[in-house]
Amino acid sequence: MIHFDNVSKRYPGGHTGLSNINLRIDAEEMVFLTGHSGAGKSTLLKLIGLLERSSGGQVHVNGRNLTRLKNRQIPYHRREVGMIFQDHRLLHDRTVFDNVALPLVVSGLGHKEIGRRVRAALDKVGLLHKEKSAPVTLSGGEQQRVGIARAVVSKPPLVLADEPTGNLDPELSKEIMELFTQFNKVGVTLLIATHDLALVSSMNQRILTLTNGALSHDSKTEYRDVT
Amino acid sequence: MSLKSRLFSMPGIWLQRHAQVALSSLGRLVGNRLSSLMTCAVIGIALALPVGLHVMLSNLNTISGGWESGASISLFLDQSISSEKARSLAETLRQHTRIETVELINRQTALEEFQRLSGYADALQALDSNPLPNLLVIQPKAEYTTAETAEQLAQELRLLPEADIVQLDLQWVRRLQAITVIAQRAVVVLAALLSMAVLLIVGNTIRLEIQNRRTEIEITKLIGATNAFIRRPFLYTGFWYGLFGGLIAWFLVALSLILLSGPIAKLAQLYQSSFDLSSLDPITVLVLLSGSALLGLTGSWLAVGRHLSAIEPS
Repeated sequence: MIHFDNVSKRYPGGHTGLSNINLRIDAEEMVFLTGHSGAGKSTLLKLIGLLERSSGGQVHVNGRNLTRLKNRQIPYHRREVGMIFQDHRLLHDRTVFDNVALPLVVSGLGHKEIGRRVRAALDKVGLLHKEKSAPVTLSGGEQQRVGIARAVVSKPPLVLADEPTGNLDPELSKEIMELFTQFNKVGVTLLIATHDLALVSSMNQRILTLTNGALSHDSKTEYRDVT
Repeated sequence: MSLKSRLFSMPGIWLQRHAQVALSSLGRLVGNRLSSLMTCAVIGIALALPVGLHVMLSNLNTISGGWESGASISLFLDQSISSEKARSLAETLRQHTRIETVELINRQTALEEFQRLSGYADALQALDSNPLPNLLVIQPKAEYTTAETAEQLAQELRLLPEADIVQLDLQWVRRLQAITVIAQRAVVVLAALLSMAVLLIVGNTIRLEIQNRRTEIEITKLIGATNAFIRRPFLYTGFWYGLFGGLIAWFLVALSLILLSGPIAKLAQLYQSSFDLSSLDPITVLVLLSGSALLGLTGSWLAVGRHLSAIEPS
């Protein structure tokens, strides 16, 4: 599903975001990405969602070589990658329903189909009764669930989450993780960046650790040093 | 799914989306009633100016065109020529190959009419003799009404021993028309300048709107919206600004014409003619509305093209 081949990312000014990352994540895996803030977790996710482009190496996602993807093709790539953010990134002048519907509207689906799918997604995150509410009236955990519903409503094969539980208490975090596990069971590949090590270790899934922009640990393989 | 296959499989949905976006951007404008109205009013005033001038000029053209085709030669006879002689001269001239009609205005009749109409009846009564000469108003045949031929005929008439003054009342019509042509050019230049102003107004308004909705644009891009999708509501907003600006311009011009029609009718009456100020013809209205809508669309296109690509999610 995701294949990094000697990928590096340098920012203008000389700052290195990622260096020489080699990584393979198969379809239907659920993978946690940990590391200190500034270790490059967000950068790695951004390369997959094409929010940024790598400065070296090849990134393949879902059979697509992102290095060669033209700018005007980016939207079509993003439709196949659900993205979840720590700050939810909801539109505050629209209802919960409209927020979740956005990916479907963007892909040009019909009215009826949108209604059906949005309600299914909201039902899955337990917010069907809030479809007409404004996001600001919801709690942090509920807003995050709206964000999750939006990320999965178009049934993307891959979902990325950047610190999805960053602002939530342990109980709510656990609920969110359970949701992710459920998605994973129906075949969605998940890559979740978080620094909540306690939560990660309780999940019993593959863990990738970034240190200073390099992959320092992969629980699937052995400990290794990346040169 | 490629764009092509989506277009072919769901043209109905595509149209439905456009209608939806058009209506929702209209709704946004109505939501910000005051500021939208002000923007539209500025556009309306900017467009009303050249359109109003254009209407006035085409009216002027209608009048002066009528004057030209009716160009006649006034042959003022010498004071010593009696009315009988004048009548026989008129009869002779009627046989002239280039002359259509000859109207004799008897000096006596002319004086009476002048007394009646001018309001100087008492003053004229005090005169010993009639100061007015006999006048022959000569209308050349249609094929001789051009400036040159009419001038030739006038020259010929000047040689008549009975002639005192021969006037060809065409020169000033020509001058007026030359001035009108200049004025029309000026209107075109003005229209071009003000259209540019409209482009800038719409462009700036859309630029501000893009800035206000920056987060929304970022999020929508994150979710996989194409640039076309994001551009669309702004283009419709520009379109509506232009269209409503055009409607306001139409309203302003029509209102001005109504306000002017009374005084103009009075002025025409003083010239003993009836002249109806022609209002905006359907073609001008159509050009105005489609032009203003197009200007709005272009203005927003320019702004969107410049500013939208600068917004990328991070």
